[in-house]
Amino acid sequence: MQNLWLIPALPFLGFLINGILGKKLPKMVINAVAVGSVVLSFLLVLNIWSSGGDLAANPIHQHYFTWIQSGEINIGWDYAVDKLTLIMLMVVTGIGSLIHVYATGYMAHEEGYYRFFAYLNLFMFFMLNLVLGGNYLLLFVGWEGVGLCSYLLIGFYFVKKSASTAGNKAFIVNRIGDFGFSLAMFLIVVNFGTLDFTKVFAAAPGKSTETLTAIALLLLLGATGKSAQIPLYVWLPDAMEGPTPVSALIHAATMVTAGVYMCTRSAVIFTHAPIAMDTVAIVGLATAVFAATIGLTQYDIKKVFAYSTVSQLGYMFLGVGVGAFSAGVWHLVTHAFFKALLFLGAGSVIHACHHEQDMRHMGGLRKYTPVTMAVLACASLAIAGVPGTSGFFSKDAILTAAYGHAPWMFWVGVVTAGMTAFYVWRAFWMTFWGEYRGHGHPHESPWSMLAPLVVLAFLSIAGGFLFNVPKILEGMFPAAEEVPGESMLMGISIAAGLAGIAISYYMYVVNPKLPQRISDGLGGIYRLVYDKYRIDELYDATVVNPVITGSRSLLWKVMDQGVIDGAVNGVGSEAQLAGGWLKMLQSGNIRSYATWVVLGAVCLLILIGVAEGVTR
Amino acid sequence: MPASFAPSAADLLRYAPETVLTVAGTLLMVLDPLFAKKSPKLFGHLSIAAFLVAIVAAFQANGAQGLAFSNLLIVDGFATYFRVLVLIIGIVTVLLSYRYLDREQAETGEYHALLLFSVSGQCLMVASNDLMMVFIGLEISSIATYILAGYLRDDKRNNEAALKYFLLGSFATAFMLYGVALIYGATGTTKLDEIRAALLTRGADAWFPMVGIAAALMFVGLAFKVSAAPFQVWAPDVYQGAPAPVSVFMATAPKAAAFAIFLRIFTTAFNQIAGGWEPLVWISALLSMTIGNFAALTQTNLKRMLAYSSIAHAGYVLVALASHSDDGTAGAMFYLAAYALMNLGAFAVVIHISGKGEKHVRIEDLAGLARRQPVTAALLTVFLLSLIGVPLTGGFFGKFYIFRAALQSNLVWLAVLGLLNSAVAAYYYLRLLVVMYMHEPGDVVENLEPLTPGLRAALILPAIGIFYLGVAPGAVLSFAKLSSSFVR
Repeated sequence: MQNLWLIPALPFLGFLINGILGKKLPKMVINAVAVGSVVLSFLLVLNIWSSGGDLAANPIHQHYFTWIQSGEINIGWDYAVDKLTLIMLMVVTGIGSLIHVYATGYMAHEEGYYRFFAYLNLFMFFMLNLVLGGNYLLLFVGWEGVGLCSYLLIGFYFVKKSASTAGNKAFIVNRIGDFGFSLAMFLIVVNFGTLDFTKVFAAAPGKSTETLTAIALLLLLGATGKSAQIPLYVWLPDAMEGPTPVSALIHAATMVTAGVYMCTRSAVIFTHAPIAMDTVAIVGLATAVFAATIGLTQYDIKKVFAYSTVSQLGYMFLGVGVGAFSAGVWHLVTHAFFKALLFLGAGSVIHACHHEQDMRHMGGLRKYTPVTMAVLACASLAIAGVPGTSGFFSKDAILTAAYGHAPWMFWVGVVTAGMTAFYVWRAFWMTFWGEYRGHGHPHESPWSMLAPLVVLAFLSIAGGFLFNVPKILEGMFPAAEEVPGESMLMGISIAAGLAGIAISYYMYVVNPKLPQRISDGLGGIYRLVYDKYRIDELYDATVVNPVITGSRSLLWKVMDQGVIDGAVNGVGSEAQLAGGWLKMLQSGNIRSYATWVVLGAVCLLILIGVAEGVTR
Repeated sequence: MPASFAPSAADLLRYAPETVLTVAGTLLMVLDPLFAKKSPKLFGHLSIAAFLVAIVAAFQANGAQGLAFSNLLIVDGFATYFRVLVLIIGIVTVLLSYRYLDREQAETGEYHALLLFSVSGQCLMVASNDLMMVFIGLEISSIATYILAGYLRDDKRNNEAALKYFLLGSFATAFMLYGVALIYGATGTTKLDEIRAALLTRGADAWFPMVGIAAALMFVGLAFKVSAAPFQVWAPDVYQGAPAPVSVFMATAPKAAAFAIFLRIFTTAFNQIAGGWEPLVWISALLSMTIGNFAALTQTNLKRMLAYSSIAHAGYVLVALASHSDDGTAGAMFYLAAYALMNLGAFAVVIHISGKGEKHVRIEDLAGLARRQPVTAALLTVFLLSLIGVPLTGGFFGKFYIFRAALQSNLVWLAVLGLLNSAVAAYYYLRLLVVMYMHEPGDVVENLEPLTPGLRAALILPAIGIFYLGVAPGAVLSFAKLSSSFVR
């Protein structure tokens, strides 16, 4: 009998110790607490992994206490572990441990060291709650909690104005997603009378398609916020303002995949709502292509990988949407390996180049940072889907399933795969080949940073074999249909990846003048893509600014001042009480306020008259 | 039943909290000349003691539930819940007043006596079974608050706030009273249970449209007291102008009491004409949320922003009222408690930073607070997160119950718009977090004194309460749920 509660409790304890006492503790102790707590959690998870018995037949379910008991609804603090959870736990605690180790090296010279680790441990606590929770509400606690920690960690460099703006953006955009999620939860409560996964999923097949579609679409809205899909993806690229370990852990490997996890967890609801499934697939595919095109043009190394993350998350949603849940989760796992590695490797490069992130000021680093280059090569091979690497298996599984669903989705996916290979390798060549174009003297990173990279490099290559997710999850989801000509499809997607690598080699190593000529030739289109299709500006113009100016002019000026003053102008001027203070306040006029009350009362009287007249 | 002039022992017990507060208040007035110079803090200590005794009395009274004083009063779980709530608000208000009064050198027995009287009025209100008692309680509460709003006589802003509050408040009370008169004219009684019975037996149609008009007029009066749109215009001015401890008191205690009686009157007496008043509450809820949240977006003054935020929160509670169910009532009760705690905490920080004469009440004045006083900043963060409605805080569960109740009553659009509203609201609370955590410390924060013991208590107690309501809401909720059955 494992005590599941220990898994999240340990990082929480780490948070408390470092958060409260951290200021006075020596660095060694902070490291030991922060890293130790997560590693212990990882060991506990490993213990379940090795001795858990048959989780498919007997998932672990532990009830700690009844959280809310009100009328028919009964929500407990329950942790549950089935195979899906176990995979997520492995990813979260495993990658989490590696990144914690890395961070001890990367953040060594930063101010607020203890604070950083306290937040990071708090994040682990909420993330583990998210995956362990046995009901939607507990999942939501984790969901909101990781969002909060993400906000704190993005804004960690609060001296940087851009970092705090980015943190805000992440928070606000996620609120919109959370609005969808909470509404979905309410719909579940009202229709099912419970939020427990087991009960909801048992009852779901009996509910009407409309209800399930509504719930599924709202859940999807929540997922698009957290997992950075169209239309709410805008926050993720900006979130890269945070420290690099944060980008790797939260914005690549774990938190952003929460949406995929949630949709997979709710597979029963989604599979009974075909419209929602199609929406998931299309949103995922559209995001994958869209973000990949932006990735082609960026120069900031972290931005390239950020858009790549958005794009790869799109792949996972495509997998979920076409019914290949286990393929989606598989890609979640392999992506966690190679994308965490890409970010950590990028961090090592940035570290080497004295905090330079623009790839135009890098180049030739293979001479100075050979280990970083080698591990980044592994990650880049994996994301390009080169046969044998982890990314190859999961991507191929998704694309094959997409073909079975609708061939055009496969073709769009293949083109995206080509673009992915191109921009990742573009970054690789620009960073490590050619001559060093930056300032100062680049240097290799310390071993506390490199060791986790080597482990991740191994996993990026071999992770596909080691974690054959569809095999592990066998029987949990409806089996994907057999697709004819599978090997041909595989060949096509491999070719697309290799072509992407080859073209990037030609453009950035063989003929480095070519990219400039192409971008000049494309002119306006290139600018548009380079400016990320100006989506941020579009949102500002259509949503953000109208809300701000609207509330400023309409509510603040017109309603509080204009309307009232206008309506009783004559009375207002002679009743104006003296004093500068008064003028500052709204219209400041008591009689006009009284008029407002009377007007409201009259309206209400009419209304109640009408309503009563109707009901009579 | 013939009226008896000799109250029974049980009646006296049921009326004990009010008695304790009134006696204590009078005592403070008498003691004022004796101790005002020597130990001004004594008044605060005494009133806290009085509040504590009153809480005990309220629980004792709850043991003897029933009608009292010729059915004028009713002590039930519902009344007890709100009595205890306003008494706790009273305690925290005293705690955060220490620092304020000390800084303004205005410690008097009068201030605390008025506070006690005001709370006693609220206790009376929530335990009324008669519209006349409601009115008397409302007036006791209001008149004391009018004076408190203008407590610093030499301060222009205080005067202005007090005058506005008084004139507009009286105006709104007139509506309420007119409604009471019409009800009496129609049904011949002012007792809530009798009105209900009368409407039930003869049907509301018999008195159409008189009862409807009466309900609407009383709605106006009560909506004014809870600062619900479209009767919210006074709130920003008054909250901004009044002394900060009084502002937060006004935003919590009278509001909770007014909501309590709102619930009692409309779900008990006017249950029959629910079809008539539900749309009013619906519209008022939506207007309050929208106006409150959107107007708060652009504020630069902390007190004014919190005033608009309190309008928005009144809107959420109205959503619960609009659902008109036991769950809705319980949700409103729970939310009012959570709301009171988070508002008290947030205002405690405002009092902390505002300085003598409340000079520093702009949002930018919080700049860098997290770096100079991390604990204060962390506590304010808790209150703001609860105001946003993040899980594990009381604010989250409050919203959760309210919107669930709304959906169960098929108020789908109201729930959707309400949730959208709370997404917008995150923005202006977040601004405070940004300023606190991500800006360089400004002059105000650099010269800030450490927290005084009173303020520390006024910050920590609500924070504990918020976590309690967020992590283990069971006890409070089941009490609320049980009590909600008394008002239907």
